Amino acid sequence: MSIRAEIKYKIMKDYGAPALMALQDFKRRKPRPIPEAFGPPLDSNKRLKEILSRHYFLSRYARGVNKVAWVTSGAPVELLRAFDFYTIYPENHSALVGAKKQGADYCSIAEGSGFSQDLCSYARIDLGHMLSGKTPAGKLPKPDLLFCSNNICQTVLYWYKAIAHELNIPLIHFDAPFVTTEQTEADINYMAQQLQDMIPILERVSGRVFYLDVFENILKRSMETSRTWGAILDAMKAQPAPMTIFDAFGHLAPIVSLRGLPVAQDYYHILMEEVDTRVTQGIGAISDERYRLIWDNIAIWYKVRFLATFFAERKMNFVTATYTNAWAETTGYLNVKDPWNSMAKTYGQIILNNNLKHRLELMKKMIKTYSVDGMVMHSTRSCKPYSVGQFDLRKAITTDLDLPAVILDADIADERVWSEQQIHTRLEAFCETLEGSKHG
Amino acid sequence: MADLYFAGVDVGSLSTDVSIIDHSGKLLSETVIPTGVNGSEAAEVAFDSAIKLADLSREVITAITATGYGRASVAFATGKTTEISCHGVGAHQLFPKTGTVIDIGGQDSKVIQIDSHGRMLDFTMNDKCAAGTGRFLEVMANRLELDLDELSSPLNIEGESAPISSTCTVFAESEVISLLAKHTPREHIVHGLQRSIVNRIWSMVASIGIEGEVTLTGGVAHNRGLVVLLEEKLGLTLNIPENPQTVGALGGAHIARRAYQSSLELGPN
Repeated sequence: MSIRAEIKYKIMKDYGAPALMALQDFKRRKPRPIPEAFGPPLDSNKRLKEILSRHYFLSRYARGVNKVAWVTSGAPVELLRAFDFYTIYPENHSALVGAKKQGADYCSIAEGSGFSQDLCSYARIDLGHMLSGKTPAGKLPKPDLLFCSNNICQTVLYWYKAIAHELNIPLIHFDAPFVTTEQTEADINYMAQQLQDMIPILERVSGRVFYLDVFENILKRSMETSRTWGAILDAMKAQPAPMTIFDAFGHLAPIVSLRGLPVAQDYYHILMEEVDTRVTQGIGAISDERYRLIWDNIAIWYKVRFLATFFAERKMNFVTATYTNAWAETTGYLNVKDPWNSMAKTYGQIILNNNLKHRLELMKKMIKTYSVDGMVMHSTRSCKPYSVGQFDLRKAITTDLDLPAVILDADIADERVWSEQQIHTRLEAFCETLEGSKHG
Repeated sequence: MADLYFAGVDVGSLSTDVSIIDHSGKLLSETVIPTGVNGSEAAEVAFDSAIKLADLSREVITAITATGYGRASVAFATGKTTEISCHGVGAHQLFPKTGTVIDIGGQDSKVIQIDSHGRMLDFTMNDKCAAGTGRFLEVMANRLELDLDELSSPLNIEGESAPISSTCTVFAESEVISLLAKHTPREHIVHGLQRSIVNRIWSMVASIGIEGEVTLTGGVAHNRGLVVLLEEKLGLTLNIPENPQTVGALGGAHIARRAYQSSLELGPN
C-alpha cells in the first residue's frame, strides 16, 4: 500500500466524489418528463445513481490502496470482501455499456482481435474494454486478481482465462457442479473445500490476513441484504405493483456488485421503505395496471426504456422476473454458523446452475404468487445456459397454466441483434392474445 | 344494414393486399400489388383499385383495418391489428375448421394456433433471419436465373436433393453458388431449397404443435413443390386458399366488421 495513493483515495472519497455528485445533480436539474402511462418515479433512483457513480469514480483511485478484483456475478464475493478487495463486475460494466447503446462498438473491438461474434456480448464488451481502455465510466482499474464461477455459465472461465493471459495475473475459479437432480453431499464438500483452499492464495495476493469473525460479519451483512432484496421483490405482489421489473433491473446493481458491503445493505433499506410506502398508499409503477407479466432471462439493456414504455402504454406491467429473483432465491441457505457448507448450497444452486425441472417449478410458483397473466421470454444470443430450454419451458407453462407467452430473439448488450419491426409485431400479437384471453 | 362495407389493408414487405367485404362477410373485391419503396402510397393505390373493382367509393367503407409491416403508415385506416391475428381470422373465414395456420410471408414465417372463432391462442415466428420466407425464395430464384413459377414446380428428382442449410439466407445463397459451380442439376438445387424451407417451417410447427385442420397462407403457398413436401413432412393435407396472399387482408376486413358490430352491441357510448 502506498501512502500517496491512500491520501489521494481519501481526498477523492471525501471531496472528489461529493463534487461529482453535485455536478450530476446540476446536470439533472431539469428532469426528463415522465410519460402519462407511468406512475411517479421512485425517489430511490437518485440514491442508486449516486452509489453507482461513486463506486465507478473511486475505483480509478483504488489501486495502491486496495487490491482490485474482477468478479463474475455469481461468484461467492463475500470471501474476497474479507480481504478488502475493490471489486469490479465486468458483467455490470458491460450492461452499462449496453444500456448506453455502445455495445456493438466494444464488441467489434473484441471481434477485430479474433473473438467470435457468437461469444457472449458481456464477454466481448469486457474484452473490447480491456483491449482499448474505453469505458463510459471514465476509467476502470486494471485487476490484480480475477475471480469467477461457472455457476452462471462455462464461458466466464474462458473469458477470464483470456484476461489472465493478457494481463498475466492470477485467476481463481470456483467450480460449482451442475445440479442435475439434487445437490449431493459430495458436491457441497467439494465446493466448501475449494472456498477454504482459496484463503492462502487470497492472503498472498491481498497481503492481508484472513479473520474468521470479519468474514462472518460480511456473510451476515450479505445475507441480510439479499433478504431485503427478496422482500422488495415480494412487495411487487401488491396490485398495483409499486415497481416495474424494468426499475428492478436497475436497482439490481448493488445486490450484484456491492453485495456484502454496508452501502448495499443501507441502500436496500431505503428502497424497501419507499416500496412499502407505495404499497400502503396504493401507488403503482404504471398509471393503470390491467395485466401483470413475468420476464424470463437477462434484460435487453439497450431497449429497457422502449419495452417499459411499450407495455406501460398497454396497461401491462412486469411484476416479476427469474433474473432479478436470482439474487434472492438461494440466500436462505446462508448460515453464519456453517459458512463454508452454506455458501456451497447458496452458490451451487442458483437458477443457472440448476436443472430445468427446478426452473419450471420456480416459474410456475412465481406466476401464481404474483398473479401473472402472461409471460415474455427473452431468448438471448449471448446467454446459452439461460436460453436453452426456453421452448420447452414455454410449452409446459402455456399448456399447464393456460398462460399466453412470447419469445423474443434478441441480445443482452449487442444492439445489432435487435430487429425492431419484427419484435414490434411479435409483441403486439402477444398483447392481442393476452387481451383476448383475459376478456374472452 | 345493406350499405355497410369493410376493408382490410395488408402492407407487407413484398406485396400490399386489400380485401373488401360487405356486412354479411361476402367478399366483393381483392387486389395485390408490389409494395415497392413507399408503403403508404402502395396502400392508397391498392385500396383505390379494390374499391373500383367492387364498384364502390371510398366514403361508403365503414371501417378499415390496417395490418402487415406497414400498418402504421396507412393513414386512412380506422384500426390496426397485427398480421398474425389477421391471418388467423382470415384462415378461419375460408376454412372454418382451421386450428393451425402456417403463414409464409415475404420476410416472416409464422405458425398460429386459433380457436373456433378464429381468435389467436398462440403463435411462433422465425427469428431475425429471412431463411424460410418468401424473400429467401426470391433471392434464390435470382441466383438460379429462374422465375418464381419455375421455382414452384413439384419435382420428382432421382436420388437425394442438394443439401442446403436452413439457418441463413446469405449462407444458403453461397451454398447454391458452390452447387452451381459443381454442376449440380438445377432441379436438385430447387428441390433442396424447397426442402430447406419445409425444414424451417417444421421446426416452428414442432415447437407449437398442430391443432385441427392446417391452412397455409401467404404468397409462398403458391409454390406447389413446397406444398407437396410440406404435406409429406406433416403427414396431412393442407387447406390452400385460392388467393393465399390476401388472407391477411381478408382477416383484417373481418376484424373491422366484428369491431363495428360489437361497437353497435355496446351502444352509442
